[in-house]
Amino acid sequence: MFDIERWQEIFQTLSKNKLRTILTGVSVASGIFIFIVLLGFSTGVQNGVKEKFSGDATNKISVRAGRTTKQYKGLNPNRRIQLKNEDLDNISNTYGDYLEYKSGGYSNWGAQLVYKNEFGNFYIRGVDPDYQFISKASITEGRFINQGDINEARKVIVVSNKTKTELFKGKSPIGEMVSVKGVNFKVVGVYGDPGGEREESQVFIPLTSAQIAFNGGTNIRDMSFTVAMSDNFDEAVAFSQNLVASIESDLKTKHTIAPNDRSALRIDNTLEKAQKIYSLSDMIKAIFWFVGIGTIIAGIVSVGNIMIIIVKERTKEIGIRKALGAEPLSIIAMILQESIFVTMFSGLFGLVIGLGLLEFVGPTIESDFIKYPQVDFYTALITVFILVAAGTLAGFIPAYRAAKIKPIVALKDE
Amino acid sequence: MIKITDLHKSYKMGHNSLHVLKGIDFHVKEGELVSIMGSSGSGKSTLLNILGMLDEADTGSYVLDGVPIKDLNEKIAAQYRNKFLGFIFQSFNLINYKSALDNVALPLYYQGLKRKERMEKAEHYLEKVGLAPWSHHLPSELSGGQKQRVAIARALASDPKVLLADEPTGALDSKTSYEVMDLIQGINDEGKTILIVTHEDDIAHMTKRIVNLKDGVIIDDSKVEQVRAKQNV
Repeated sequence: MFDIERWQEIFQTLSKNKLRTILTGVSVASGIFIFIVLLGFSTGVQNGVKEKFSGDATNKISVRAGRTTKQYKGLNPNRRIQLKNEDLDNISNTYGDYLEYKSGGYSNWGAQLVYKNEFGNFYIRGVDPDYQFISKASITEGRFINQGDINEARKVIVVSNKTKTELFKGKSPIGEMVSVKGVNFKVVGVYGDPGGEREESQVFIPLTSAQIAFNGGTNIRDMSFTVAMSDNFDEAVAFSQNLVASIESDLKTKHTIAPNDRSALRIDNTLEKAQKIYSLSDMIKAIFWFVGIGTIIAGIVSVGNIMIIIVKERTKEIGIRKALGAEPLSIIAMILQESIFVTMFSGLFGLVIGLGLLEFVGPTIESDFIKYPQVDFYTALITVFILVAAGTLAGFIPAYRAAKIKPIVALKDE
Repeated sequence: MIKITDLHKSYKMGHNSLHVLKGIDFHVKEGELVSIMGSSGSGKSTLLNILGMLDEADTGSYVLDGVPIKDLNEKIAAQYRNKFLGFIFQSFNLINYKSALDNVALPLYYQGLKRKERMEKAEHYLEKVGLAPWSHHLPSELSGGQKQRVAIARALASDPKVLLADEPTGALDSKTSYEVMDLIQGINDEGKTILIVTHEDDIAHMTKRIVNLKDGVIIDDSKVEQVRAKQNV
């Protein structure tokens, strides 16, 4: 392989047969190039889709109570189930290790928010500090509800960008007083929600304040949690389903609800919704891989084809070389070394061009559905090696046959 | 140099078997210039191919320079061809993308010589056939006679024991043929053993011995008065 004499011989052959060399090179390089670009855009589309749908926490569990529909342990149906602070505390104590964020919620009405002469309908929600992360609200001014607010049941409120525009006409609302059902709250923060307008119709006050101000006692309307995401999506789904199941059974035991009563306790797991997005992006990935692999196969076939033609064209030359004392092995080695060199060189060339295109053109693409197209360098490199290996194999068969040709047959005058 | 005893060769053509060589006994001493004659189908090319290890005999023995040529695998055959034999073909069989010099150097490449040494030797043999000024020309830029000279230089390059020429003048006009024969005679004068297959009488009479083949057997094997090609040029 590192025989300099043989390399000289090969370079001479390649440079004296430029057209053949270039054609082989172009077909390999373009195959790899197309593959890289496809793979890059597949990643881009996946990134785009993920970002598009990442508005809501993808691992959110929410628990809501309703009325029983089934008779259970001597209790009548149509009994109202009321969640309490202690339910949240119990769950936090039992499953604290698996839950990332947790928050109770007390908010069963839409109410008017009044600021001076302006007013608007908003959904007032008493929450815990963690809710900021559960709802993926991003603070644009001031701060969110904190633990101090909860402990002291302060009358503070976090309004949305929408509120700021509608009630405060765009000026900073921090420090201003607003009233909800006659109770005054001081604005401490403004949040924005990636989900847009609809989500921004909520305003947040501390859970404890909501319970006191609106005579809720220790009642809570709902609970939300997020589950720490594991890298493997299916694992995350399975894990959070298990978690949901045990939380459900705990609560049902405590509130004496029939295990099969679905409307008394509603537990939603948004991870299942996220799964659909993930499987969509998996699907896109699969399609691009399918097309990409098709391209590679086409590349292999065309390299193989070219090799067969090259060997056919060189039959006489091979005969001459054999008559002059070339051993069969040296004929095979010559043809293979040539083909490996050409496919490797042009494959890497196509790789560099493809990666270069993604590197320089990728960031300039302005589309919601294509973001950061890129290719894992090792995947790309492995592809080149696969193509080279397959091209070599495709070349080996005709080369082997050529080496077996008797010189007398090869030299026969046409 | 060459000892052939009771050589048989037949080819299978579908269901029929064609018996081409029917017991050839044939000896060539060192320094001989022998022509093998015969009409087409007489088996002369088959004989040459067997002598050249391009083909194998069915039965009989072939000893070349004391080495029995028998049951050769491809690798050994290639090595023997490289070491013992130089080929000259009717259609020259030069590699068309290589220059005259590179063509001559090719057998030396398969002998494992370094490039510099190859080029020096190749240049020497090109000079010997009078083509030094054309060393960097491609075969397509050379005339038929020049091509055959390149082929002869190539056959000589590996310094073989025997030169085998298959109708070396078959594709050339008579003037060029005599020039080529003159070159071959010159090489023979230096002591090289040469076998020529031809069907031309005048070419045959420029050798020292004519072997006549007919229907796979030698019907005549006699020494002749050599006609020097130079007289005809």
